[in-house]
Amino acid sequence: MSGLRDALTKGFGDAVLSFEGEGRDQAALVKPEAARDVLRALKDSGFNMLVDLTAVDFSRYGQDLPPGVTATNPAPEGSRFRLTYRLMKLGATEGLVLGRLAVHCWIVDDRGPASVKDLWPNADWLEREIWDMFGVKFSDRPGIKRLLLYEEFVGHPLRKDYPINKRQPLIGPKDERPRERLTGADLRPRIVP
Amino acid sequence: MEELTTPGVLTSQLDAAVGWARKYSIFQYPFVTACCGMEYMATASSHYDMDRFGAGFPRFSPRQADVLFVVGTISHKMAPVLKRIYDQMTSPKWVVAFGVCTCTGGFYDDYSTVQGIDTIIPVDLYIPGCPPRPEAVLQGLMMLQEKIQKQGRTVAK
Repeated sequence: MSGLRDALTKGFGDAVLSFEGEGRDQAALVKPEAARDVLRALKDSGFNMLVDLTAVDFSRYGQDLPPGVTATNPAPEGSRFRLTYRLMKLGATEGLVLGRLAVHCWIVDDRGPASVKDLWPNADWLEREIWDMFGVKFSDRPGIKRLLLYEEFVGHPLRKDYPINKRQPLIGPKDERPRERLTGADLRPRIVP
Repeated sequence: MEELTTPGVLTSQLDAAVGWARKYSIFQYPFVTACCGMEYMATASSHYDMDRFGAGFPRFSPRQADVLFVVGTISHKMAPVLKRIYDQMTSPKWVVAFGVCTCTGGFYDDYSTVQGIDTIIPVDLYIPGCPPRPEAVLQGLMMLQEKIQKQGRTVAK
């Protein structure tokens, strides 16, 4: 698929920052403001299926590692989330191996690129899920609604700074104290008198 | 009093009789959401045979049930459903928290799981375990029967 590499890196100039990998591992890194244009061109070139659209929070990347393990945070300055669009050519001949592409883009703060829900209808729910879990907004969807959680939910739980045992005001318990955890001999039925 | 001492007639206090009748005719509503349901089924089926205790009759309408068995993890989105099911049950009614997830949230100490159903509805019996053994469930059931017997007509829920 060197044709794809050329089409992206030459056709879009600066908007495509890099193109790596072979076969089903090929991945393009694009600028967020150009993401929609690149994705539209890819769809027109035959990537008719959006397999997945997801985000990664790199804000704690490389922290709390075991001794001897090091990792360099790949996030550019000012960026925290990386969006990943996984595309596929849904066809028996090329869809299995060749017709695969991941498009990554680093976004600034929580300002995501323009929506692609008119290109692939399933992007509607995937973008809502990203807003729900990561708090990333898409520039032309100001009134986006949560998908999985409920309106009263406070925060975005898959952000790395969301406390794992945070309690929600609607459900509680009101205090943040940990619940009693039963072990061993205490694991027997208890009746409330 | 003469006729009450004749053979074939048993006298009792009304409270004791009501408690006895209720504890041996538990109509249960199994609110099964997760893997504990397998152990619940094992307990209810013939090998362990919950019917020995008069609790072998699951009703799939809360309006006909006495005891709500909450079996399995309750997520935040399921919480209002559980509350509504509880409200639909008629008095007298009892609630059993089956498995650690319903007791305390279990190891789901996270954003989406209710940390014990007693944050939503009152609970009468906690049966911890992941999942609880059928023996533990039956032990709990007998404890619940004891409570029902003691309450008699005084149950005010």
